[in-house]
Amino acid sequence: MATLMRFTKTVMKNLFSKPVTTAYPAGPAKVQERTRGQVSIDIDKCVYCTLCAMRCPANAIKVDRNNKIWEIDRFGCIQCANCVNVCAKNALSMDQHYTSPAAKSVIVTYGAPKQESEKEQAENKSEK
Amino acid sequence: MGNRSIVPFGPQHPVLPEPIHLDLVVEDEKVVEAIPSIGFIHRGLEHIVKKKDFNDYVYVAERVCGICSFMHGMSYCEAVERVMDVDIPERAKYLRTIWCEMSRIHSHMLWLGLLADAFGFESLFYQCWRMREKILDMFEMSTGGRVIFSVNKVGGVLRDMDHEMLSNFIKQFDDMEKDIIELTNVFLEDYTVNTRLRDVGILTKEQGLELGVVGPMMRASGIAFDTRKLKYAAYEWIDVEPVVATEGDCYARTYVRIKEIFQAFDIIRQAVKQIPDGEIAIKAKGMPNGEAFVRVEQPRGEAIYYVKGNGTKFLDRFRVRTPTFANIPSLLETTKGAQLADVPILILTIDPCISCTER
Amino acid sequence: MREEYKIIELQPERLVDTAMRLKRDLYRLVQICAVRIESGYELTYSFAKEYEFLNYRLVINEDVVVTSISGVFETAFLYENEMKDLFGVNIDLINLDYKGNLYRIEKPTPYKE
Repeated sequence: MATLMRFTKTVMKNLFSKPVTTAYPAGPAKVQERTRGQVSIDIDKCVYCTLCAMRCPANAIKVDRNNKIWEIDRFGCIQCANCVNVCAKNALSMDQHYTSPAAKSVIVTYGAPKQESEKEQAENKSEK
Repeated sequence: MGNRSIVPFGPQHPVLPEPIHLDLVVEDEKVVEAIPSIGFIHRGLEHIVKKKDFNDYVYVAERVCGICSFMHGMSYCEAVERVMDVDIPERAKYLRTIWCEMSRIHSHMLWLGLLADAFGFESLFYQCWRMREKILDMFEMSTGGRVIFSVNKVGGVLRDMDHEMLSNFIKQFDDMEKDIIELTNVFLEDYTVNTRLRDVGILTKEQGLELGVVGPMMRASGIAFDTRKLKYAAYEWIDVEPVVATEGDCYARTYVRIKEIFQAFDIIRQAVKQIPDGEIAIKAKGMPNGEAFVRVEQPRGEAIYYVKGNGTKFLDRFRVRTPTFANIPSLLETTKGAQLADVPILILTIDPCISCTER
Repeated sequence: MREEYKIIELQPERLVDTAMRLKRDLYRLVQICAVRIESGYELTYSFAKEYEFLNYRLVINEDVVVTSISGVFETAFLYENEMKDLFGVNIDLINLDYKGNLYRIEKPTPYKE
């Protein structure tokens, strides 16, 4: 008989304890200090060196050096934090929160607006 | 002789979230032969090594598999380090060992859950995964990822675990161990569970040697072999003895894996006691030129990594032989003569990971 | 500090009898791996007995036909099919030949180039 009631103790414990799950998304998700959620960029620090784009294993980052645009495909990104590790200017960091699910791909662009970049381009040309 | 017919099993099957397809030749309810067919998710990850910087490929290597991801990344780094003749700091070796063993606990808990699910014990399945969740939280705390850690690099590790974190983990493991003993006793002693596992799918020692089985499957057939006895990570300083059972049936395989969970707890305690202070990574200079084999013990068994470099930042070849690949022939052997209803359990007891088999 | 292992050069015609000898000595087949090199392929057959690790290396031209060792080591069929399907190595007499269908891939022998 002893071999039949093996699970009873667990069942009783389970019956009188709080649920172990949380009510996400109604409640907040558990995150830790080191959680790699998504890549965030401090665009003012970025020098458009393209190092992050070159070293990205998933080719999710695109950097346009001439127009000074930094672009990331949120769902292409695999959250390996390689870009954060290689960034020479410490412009990139890992945010603890994940990108919210979406039906379409989310491409986020950072960087100077068009007109400004054109101006800078002209300046660059004149310097050369 | 009964009627012969062919029953397709998979690639979509309720008990198995892995895309393996078997053509089961059955005679009435008895399986006569099984013909495997894999290849539904071949991704060509091995070939990417030719197009990615060997430092960045670590992150691709990790994604070969979602369960033993840490070991894939680690072994790739270990292989490249051997080619480049880099000796990583001792602390990094110990950290790798701790993460390896935590992966083993998490993998075996996952497997126990799946096994419970396969013989229809849903609440046991939930309880096993509840325990696994705690390990995943610890992973997130120490590495930032729940299943894919991205903490390895050629030359060491990227994240450190301080003394406080380690002693906190040990405390949690002590609590977990009590709960896990309670749960695993259900697998080992419960009458109904035993009727499903005992004397099902027997693989003898001779068959095991001939078919080249690896891992817990091999040890359950009475072959005392554990790749952890070889020198990789910090295992040379750690006391580890292979867990062996002799019956060779599904029960023995469950027994071996359960004992390995407790062995893993023990290894982590040893590692935490011995871990030295110091650097966690050194800079690996130069480019890999040469070749190296690395054998490691994954939760599912022995895995082989081969790296060949040509002196540039792109490697010539990276090859993984995952334990499931070596265990498929033994799966076919055990299904012969089995009841059709037992096939899901037989497939599960090799702990299949088809995704990493196909890479 | 690190695991020691041997790599032994082998002529393709000696492969099957070497395999038979290893089988008799109770070795198990660990893996077979192909590497594409300029002149053809480099095949490595790995065997193990307990903690000993042995590797046999075949360096062959592209058109050389290698005899399968699946008659000796039954489990070799998966590795040999893999080499055949991904690298296009000519392997003859495999006991379960998938004829390019082991992996469901778009183009044949993608690792050959």
